[in-house]
Amino acid sequence: MKKVYSARQNVIILMFLIVGILYVFRLFYIQVIDDSWEISSRKNALRNKVQYPSRGLVYDRFGELLVYNEATYDLMVIPNQVVEMDTMELASLLDLTLDEVREKLRRARAYSPFASSIFEKQISKETYGFIEEKLYKYPGFFVQARTLRYYPKPIAAHTLGYIGEVNDRILQEKPYYRMGDYIGVSGIEKSYENQLRGRKGVRVMMVDVHNREQGSFREGEFDTVAIPGINIWSSIDMKLQEYGEMLMKNKKGSIVAIEPKTGEVLCIVSSPSYDPNLMVGRNRSSNYLKLLRDSINKPLFNRALMATYPPGSTFKMANALIALQEGVIEPTTKFTCDHGFVFGNLRVGCHNHPSPTDVISSVQYSCNAYYCKVFRQIIDNRKKYKNTREAYNKWREYVLNMGFGVTYDTDLPYELRGNVPTAEYYDRYHGKNRWKSLSIISLAIGQGEMGTTPLQLANFAATIANKGYYVRPHVVKAIGCRDSLNRKYSEKVYTGIDAIHYESIIQGMVNAVTAGTAARSKIKNITSAGKTGTAQNPHGKDHALYIAFAPVEDPKIAISVVVENAGFGGVWAAPIASLMIEYYINRSVDWVDMENNIKNANLMNN
Amino acid sequence: MSQRIGRQSMFANIDWILVAIYFLLVFVGWINIYAATYTPTSESIFDLDRNSGRQFLWILISMGVALIIILIDAKVYTTFTWVFYGITTVLILLVIFVGTEVSGAKSWLGVGDLGIQPSEFAKITAAMALAKYAGESNRNVEQLRVQIISFILIFVPALIILMQNDTGSALVFVVFLFVLYREGMPGTILWIGLTLIVIFLLTLLFSHWHVIIAISVLTLFMWFFIRRYRKDVLKMVLISFMLSSFSFGVDYIFDNILQPHQKSRIEVLIGTETDLRGAGYNVNQSKIAIGSGGFFGKGFLKGTQTKYKFVPEQSTDFIFCTIGEEWGFLGSFLVIVLFLLLLIRIILLSERQRSRYSRIYGYGIAGVLFTHIAVNIGMTLGLMPVIGIPLPYISYGGSSLIAFTMMLFIFIKLDMNRQNIV
Ligand SMILES: [Zn+2]
Repeated sequence: MKKVYSARQNVIILMFLIVGILYVFRLFYIQVIDDSWEISSRKNALRNKVQYPSRGLVYDRFGELLVYNEATYDLMVIPNQVVEMDTMELASLLDLTLDEVREKLRRARAYSPFASSIFEKQISKETYGFIEEKLYKYPGFFVQARTLRYYPKPIAAHTLGYIGEVNDRILQEKPYYRMGDYIGVSGIEKSYENQLRGRKGVRVMMVDVHNREQGSFREGEFDTVAIPGINIWSSIDMKLQEYGEMLMKNKKGSIVAIEPKTGEVLCIVSSPSYDPNLMVGRNRSSNYLKLLRDSINKPLFNRALMATYPPGSTFKMANALIALQEGVIEPTTKFTCDHGFVFGNLRVGCHNHPSPTDVISSVQYSCNAYYCKVFRQIIDNRKKYKNTREAYNKWREYVLNMGFGVTYDTDLPYELRGNVPTAEYYDRYHGKNRWKSLSIISLAIGQGEMGTTPLQLANFAATIANKGYYVRPHVVKAIGCRDSLNRKYSEKVYTGIDAIHYESIIQGMVNAVTAGTAARSKIKNITSAGKTGTAQNPHGKDHALYIAFAPVEDPKIAISVVVENAGFGGVWAAPIASLMIEYYINRSVDWVDMENNIKNANLMNN
Repeated sequence: MSQRIGRQSMFANIDWILVAIYFLLVFVGWINIYAATYTPTSESIFDLDRNSGRQFLWILISMGVALIIILIDAKVYTTFTWVFYGITTVLILLVIFVGTEVSGAKSWLGVGDLGIQPSEFAKITAAMALAKYAGESNRNVEQLRVQIISFILIFVPALIILMQNDTGSALVFVVFLFVLYREGMPGTILWIGLTLIVIFLLTLLFSHWHVIIAISVLTLFMWFFIRRYRKDVLKMVLISFMLSSFSFGVDYIFDNILQPHQKSRIEVLIGTETDLRGAGYNVNQSKIAIGSGGFFGKGFLKGTQTKYKFVPEQSTDFIFCTIGEEWGFLGSFLVIVLFLLLLIRIILLSERQRSRYSRIYGYGIAGVLFTHIAVNIGMTLGLMPVIGIPLPYISYGGSSLIAFTMMLFIFIKLDMNRQNIV
């Protein structure tokens, strides 16, 4: 058989030749026969004009516009097409100095003599009018339409985010972007960049010596249409957001409200904030620097997602739930309070309230002694766990499942996870396994090393409202017409605590509002469940915390309020939450005295 | 001939034609890499900050590698084939776990600029492995068992490379079917394979209904006009039914089973979804660049379309644009002729081998080179989908230059040794 198939070499050589000849013909056709490809540099030039799509709009949950676009123009230049020109006139048209014009030209040439780059960006409509008439004198220059973001209301800056010009790193990593393109830098603009940006098109234009565009090269064979970005419906309630920002004026802190059943975020207030319109336009970089340098107010810092506070007494429900689930207490189990919890020379104080308390009244009166004792029952449960470490790890697992010390992978960038100390942490602090329930007793009342973000606190309120689960908080409800939201934003995440155990907790929170620590926050016609908290602040006055949800029968809103340096949670945080709840459910506020009281309060210098 | 061997010259029996073509191509590549990134204020062609300078270094290294390959006893390649095959297979597997990702494909091993792309070398060892297995004197490629084992040898590395998302490199392995064809695999397998590939592509480009209608019309047409098919109605219906269901299956899998990212990769591959930079940018720009070259070209370093940012990957995958723009039809034609000479020379030399190993290896590398050349140039001419594989000896890049050099010089060495049956 050896030589039988050697004739097949001809088939293979023939195949090589056919492809070779085909390619040569193709080359001959496009290079020699079809002269429409020819671009002589003397007669005319090609210009790639990028067609920028309009970026997707952002609406709130009721269809109110939050972000839109407005037209602007960039003056572009292709350096090697520039001929001798009246530099003086160009400078005066653009309101630049001669040196600036030369410098801009030099920089464009350094980027590329053949490709276009931005000469002057975002020129106003009026300037554009002037320049357009004179453009024939300036071969190599042309105007390209762009769009800028605008915000009808100066709110929700952190959530909406902003866009900025791509930097070198992005140019390297993401080939879609070219010099001068915009990309979402934070907020929704960043997390939904791919949907919002649409797709750029390009027109390959022929340009004659008088800098006149002669239409598309080869009848538009290489032109592509720009595809507009997709509109996004945010879950934010614009009115509620605006109302929250008004209440938080002259206060440091944040409000996060979530619809418990869906995990949709209704508002995220981080105060102090800034007008998102500052991040647009020609003064953008100077505005940005100003905001960045404001080290007292830190307006760019998104407290709602990135500030961590000890949860204080709002954390007591978590300990009660763990104890109930672990079976170390019954709802009826009572502990006495001697104005606090005393053990040896350890003392955790408490305030005046009826004693002893069960689960319900301990939440209602926020009894510290009760929770110190409950916490010890959990950690010192030697029937189930052979040592402190094992019991602690189990406790920590519950806490993480309840949404503390973890990130939710929300659709907002830069979310922090807070802190639930690990056993290893206590090993380092006290020595390996040389710590007991008493050494970490501050966890019983949410103080010490615990760190939670306002988002986590609101989510905790949502898990209580849902009796044992949450849906990952997210700020976008729908993308375009399709229901194409990531599935993880509709899945339920369970806390591992049975629904039954939430009943008495909720009753305690309801009592706290009607006749307990949060009595200042009662709302007319709406039953709410709430819990105050005070976060110890080693640097100054304590922070006021409050978490709540309402209506109790069918929760529509879960909320957390943090007011920094405002002392006890019941005074400032609880009423703000109540106003927000009332506003969200009734779309108006009846409690005008309190509204004015809060509106006019300035706690910035506390 | 035998006297020359007696003289013990290091280069005795070397095929200087192949060596000359090799040097010409490498030189063409080098000066065009320089032109592709040239600026009026440009530094020297040897500047190590430029691709041309680095390529010069790679060329020197490649020449060293070539020399070493010539010096080593040819028996080493045949004897240790399985070792080499094993090493590259482990390396490409390793890439999946610890590789670095470059533009979507995870095919690089190593740090920073010193990365290597093991898949380039896997092509060589696959050709060697095929030669080793199918070239054993008692193996007959007409036998199904031999065909199946050969397929496995080819498709194991191809599959691993496919898992790296380097679809282009994986597709190159299909070409080994031609090698088996030469060695006696029935032609029908080749034609069935080609038919299925064509139907696959057509289904994705259009829809399965169009393809099924086309198949039916074609069947009817053949039944009507070609007499010898008249009798086999049942067979024809069966075949067209099978092809139709294949088309339907492809569509079904594409629409319902593939993940969006896999889909978009295929869409980019076949060009229904244009490349990632948006809107067929690469291909259009490259056609404009080549088209504007004219008959004589714009002249060395005079191109405007292929420089800077207009055509991306200018000195790597789209290097042929620079040749087309600056050297015109004449230059491009000569490069294609050079490549054809290279390929035909390899085939002719393969046929004069007494060892089946050398012949199969020769066919193997001719196939690999041909696929690279045809796909790369076809892509710049808009005749092929955008598949990022380099143009042998011309594209910028150390791994590919060294790998293609090794590939060729192993063959040259085997050919030098053609008097002895290895
Ligand atoms: Zn008490």
